[in-house]
Amino acid sequence: MQAMVYRGPYKVRVEEKDIPPIEHPNDAIVRVKLAAICGSDLHLYHGMMPDTRVGMTFGHEFIGVVEQIGPSVQELKVGDRVMVPFNIFCGTCWYCARGLYSNCHNVNPNATAVGGIYGYSHTCGGYDGGQSQYVRVPFADVGPSVIPAWMDDEDAVLLTDALPTGYFGAQLGDIVEGDVVVVFGAGPVGLFAAKSAWLMGAGRVIVIDHLQYRLEKARTFAHAETYNFTEYDDIVVHMKKITDHLGADVAIDAVGAEADGNFVQHVSSSQLKLQGGSPVALNWAIDSVRKGATISVMGAYGPLFSAVKFGDAMNKGLTLRMNQCPVKRQWPRLFEHIRNGYLKPSDIVTHRIPLEHITEGYHIFSAKLDECIKPLVVPSAA
Amino acid sequence: MTYIQERPPTYTQEKPPLAESVDQLRARIPGWGVDLDPKDRPSVPKLRRIEGLTHAHWDFPQRQPEKWPRERSVEHKFLTPVFGTACPPRGVSGAMRRYAYKYSEGRAAHWVILLAADRVDAWENHLRSLATTHPDNPVTETGVLSEFGHRGISSRLGKKRADLPHHVLDPVIVAGPWILAARVAYVGVRAAWKRRH
Ligand SMILES: NC(=O)c1ccc[n+]([C@@H]2O[C@H](COP(=O)([O-])OP(=O)(O)OC[C@H]3O[C@@H](n4cnc5c(N)ncnc54)[C@H](O)[C@@H]3O)[C@@H](O)[C@H]2O)c1
Ligand SMILES: [Zn+2]
Ligand SMILES: [Zn+2]
Repeated sequence: MQAMVYRGPYKVRVEEKDIPPIEHPNDAIVRVKLAAICGSDLHLYHGMMPDTRVGMTFGHEFIGVVEQIGPSVQELKVGDRVMVPFNIFCGTCWYCARGLYSNCHNVNPNATAVGGIYGYSHTCGGYDGGQSQYVRVPFADVGPSVIPAWMDDEDAVLLTDALPTGYFGAQLGDIVEGDVVVVFGAGPVGLFAAKSAWLMGAGRVIVIDHLQYRLEKARTFAHAETYNFTEYDDIVVHMKKITDHLGADVAIDAVGAEADGNFVQHVSSSQLKLQGGSPVALNWAIDSVRKGATISVMGAYGPLFSAVKFGDAMNKGLTLRMNQCPVKRQWPRLFEHIRNGYLKPSDIVTHRIPLEHITEGYHIFSAKLDECIKPLVVPSAA
Repeated sequence: MTYIQERPPTYTQEKPPLAESVDQLRARIPGWGVDLDPKDRPSVPKLRRIEGLTHAHWDFPQRQPEKWPRERSVEHKFLTPVFGTACPPRGVSGAMRRYAYKYSEGRAAHWVILLAADRVDAWENHLRSLATTHPDNPVTETGVLSEFGHRGISSRLGKKRADLPHHVLDPVIVAGPWILAARVAYVGVRAAWKRRH
């Protein structure tokens, strides 16, 4: 089969690999119909995530058709069209029993600080991902769901990570009616977080980025008020000015480890790997909210320390909430919202790239060329 | 002396007013407020056990066979029942990785050794690939050729982007070590040749 393969920082290619075998009685093998590249993949692509091995296939956003099932699988049958959450989870550990699927304790031997994620380094369990023609799906009775007949493939693939993460990010903000919500980052996660903030009753939604075409999308798709941080001498002061010097009630970090806006922070994390991630957006969030505010962190950071302004967070009495998104927990409600026409996830898709050309896809998405927001990856039918 | 009689909202009890009323928001934004009740959001309640949440039909999952000594965090009691089998450790990078797993996730040594092993792994594989019919090619594998068909220049020029200063560094980081390696190889070969002649 064809699969994307990591060859070292900034280098990927397509290789011929063996179709993965069933390794556990509750495994399924899924033939991938559609996958995507996520902002999180860029952290791997840039070599920032420890224990990212050459030869690994990335991809934690994918949908497909069940090709083969293990002997204990009851919920799926061969031929089912399924969507697979980016989390791998067992369904019965202490965490899973409480709905914290992203924190499952039974799927990642390499680390206790993070759960299992498809195609996301050995630190997240060493599973190959779905930017490929076939993928092994562990706990097939627990993770995947059959895609409802009315749902199209592009909406379904966005439900495996980007949309639920944005929606979860807004929930962790504990938004109450009339709150002023500021979202840092107008990528897929930030756009969906901004959109979701309205569903939870926000009174004003502000989006910050430096890419004009993405801010344009934040205005049209997420009905947000937008600011390009490069146009202001100090974005924190600007945020105070536009909120009567109170600051926002809620901030959402949808940027993560490779935040721009401070050259030293960026280069020390993304290029030199001296810190877990560049917390520029997180620090802006801490400084631009009001005292007693809540900050929801959806942006991903590496496991090494990052230079975060905890002193300000403490003195301001902030609540910081964060996690990898437990995707499947968001599905029933998000299905309803899509059916009711409140959300149309595929509106943010800009590129549809054949798997054979995924190398270009990574570069375009990483360098933010061609007004790229969300690139999908299409394997050729095997 | 005159006193300013202004009562700015933030410095008194009132919250600054919003520009739009709830009715205006509802009219402008599809679905505004459908998840208004904080208790009726999917991620609530947190940390409370919920019966029948998943279709799992086990208490503790069956164990996947361990086909080679699988490296694991010392913070785990045992090897988790299910795990990935993507890239077994091998070579110098493999030895470094196994060593890194002697340290807990709480120790910087764990992560720093893993990051160093990642760099070694890349070079081991670049060298190994030179002996195959499919050697690494830093030009095609970085996707830089897409700069041409995908508006490499117009996507950046005059766009007030904050990431341009380090875009310049990317080629240095990718190509730098290759150039260095080629130079070292050249000097080595030349020295050996000179010694012979
Ligand atoms: N918690 C989770 O479960 C989860 C899931 C998916 C993604 N993520 C993380 O969310 C983040 C965003 O993902 P994405 O797919 O939208 O990525 P993306 O790269 O498309 O978007 C990031 C955006 O942030 C902007 N940005 C950079 N620096 C900024 C700054 N200082 N202030 C404001 N904006 C800035 C970039 O221009 C870009 O538009 C990533 O870190 C990703 O790893 C987390
Ligand atoms: Zn992701
Ligand atoms: Zn679990």
